[in-house]
Amino acid sequence: MNSLYYQKRLSRNIGDKFFTSLSVICALIAILPLIFLVTYILIKGGSQITPELFTLEPNPPGDDLDAGGINPALIGTLIITTIASFIAIPVGVGGGIYLAEYSKGGAFSRFIRFGVNVLAGVPSIIAGVFIYALIVSTKILFGSMYSGLAGGMALSILMLPSVIKTTDEGLKLVPNELRYASLGVGASMYTTILKVTLPSAFRSIATGVVLGIARAAGETAPLIFTALFSYYYITGFGDLFYEMGSLAVLIYNFALEPYDAQNGLAWAASFILVLSILSVNILSRILAAFTEKTKRI
Amino acid sequence: MEEKLTLFKNRKRFGIEKNIDIIFKNTALVLSSFVAIILLGIILVVFFQSFESFSRYGLKFLVTSEWNPVKDEYGAFTAIYGTLVTSFLSLLITIPLGVGTAIFITEDFVPKVFREIIGSFVELLAAIPSVVLGLWAIFVMEPFFRTFFVFLHNIFGWIPLFSTEPTGRNSFLAILILVVMLLPIVTSIARDTLNQVPKKLRNAAYGIGASRWKTIFSVILPAALSGIMAGVLLALGRAMGETMAVTMIIGNSNAFSWSLLSPGYTISSMLANQFGEADGSQVSSLFYAAFVLMILSLVVNIFAQWLVKKFSLKY
Repeated sequence: MNSLYYQKRLSRNIGDKFFTSLSVICALIAILPLIFLVTYILIKGGSQITPELFTLEPNPPGDDLDAGGINPALIGTLIITTIASFIAIPVGVGGGIYLAEYSKGGAFSRFIRFGVNVLAGVPSIIAGVFIYALIVSTKILFGSMYSGLAGGMALSILMLPSVIKTTDEGLKLVPNELRYASLGVGASMYTTILKVTLPSAFRSIATGVVLGIARAAGETAPLIFTALFSYYYITGFGDLFYEMGSLAVLIYNFALEPYDAQNGLAWAASFILVLSILSVNILSRILAAFTEKTKRI
Repeated sequence: MEEKLTLFKNRKRFGIEKNIDIIFKNTALVLSSFVAIILLGIILVVFFQSFESFSRYGLKFLVTSEWNPVKDEYGAFTAIYGTLVTSFLSLLITIPLGVGTAIFITEDFVPKVFREIIGSFVELLAAIPSVVLGLWAIFVMEPFFRTFFVFLHNIFGWIPLFSTEPTGRNSFLAILILVVMLLPIVTSIARDTLNQVPKKLRNAAYGIGASRWKTIFSVILPAALSGIMAGVLLALGRAMGETMAVTMIIGNSNAFSWSLLSPGYTISSMLANQFGEADGSQVSSLFYAAFVLMILSLVVNIFAQWLVKKFSLKY
């Protein structure tokens, strides 16, 4: 009779309580870093935000109290990630189309999918080393060494696997009936892909690609010896072939400076970077949750 | 009759459209093979650039820790040791923490809304750029842990791992920041695999009277083990290649020390520090170190993929 009631003192119940509280502690520890990090960046970085920050050049480190702004780095990040997107998106979407629509699960597509996963695991600094050897040290781009263009190429290597993967997986989710219908009314393969399957997978592909771009915008390792850094305004098209600053490299360089003013700029740049990356991430999550809800109805 | 004839006349596509179709397919084929080309290109380029250093130092490069551009003596032992130690020790902390969090998210201790919030918090952590984590580590973590390190040194100073006086940036901080970076990877993969374990297994265990944690330890975790292992291996690959946060906080010293409280080096932080200013045979030696790093992470990654393929169909 007694055994029908819950007995607190039973060793299995004590053990259960113990492990349950252990996993609660794990979960609490796991969310602490993000909370600390985000609040610290919001407070410390947010207090540095001024209108001049977006318009001025950074002053060279020194005892100078005024650090200037981060305009060149901000524009540089936009340019470098745009270059990377212009390379990685066409190549990645094209490759994903081949994997999802044309390949029939043969050895070639298995090899490419394997390659995509391996490339995704290549350390980001290796991408920088590769572009350094291929482009920077050989001066193959019209005799220029470190350049924004080289930095964009290095970033595109990191973006490529994620773009291919999202395209491949997005297209695989498109129901085959749509393809049969399109081919059945006499459309050719490329019309089917461009007019039917790609548009219906557009939203999931776009979400993945945007997340990939946000990820690339924060990458530093591939840029530190391909795009290097620059203190000066970006004035024209020709500047693509010279050293180019970026928010990520600015944070790296200025965090290691012994001066408060430069450290402040690093915090401000982190604020902008983290805020934009997190808002893109959260927005895509909300969007995904929203589409799931509408689909259920 | 007339109408039917024109229909049949046009039943074939125009030559142009056929050509476009073929061109489109082949373009997609070429674009997809870019991945393989880039991957092979990376391996070949890094290998050939390191050839000079490889032929001069051979495998001795891996076990000596002299790094002297003036005397042209290079050995990457300190960096290789640092890479392995930081990544393995950080995993040692991350695995219980990440799996514990994943269990918390997949069990029903608290309502689903809270669990989903915690899950997305952990995943958002993965979106923070590593350079920002490095900045945070320098200005927040290092001062915060300083007294803890002094305490650790005073109590456990007789163990070689804690034998140096803590003076600022060190390997231990690099391990802690790596934990922050690996946690989302291990947690999200462990959560996905735990969710995939069939409900039947759990119900069967409950049915024969197992308690909740008996079920988790004896049934659920063993069933999810391969998936969790694959996630751990992916995290290991990530830890070995992680550059910015580690470079900013590890202290960057090539002097070999067993102690975690002294400044250290990893291959990637060595690359980040020296590549921009290196010339001559130093560049080749750095490429050699990069090659070692690449092989390490490739082996770990390929093994992880093999594990996923081999065990994913079990249930």
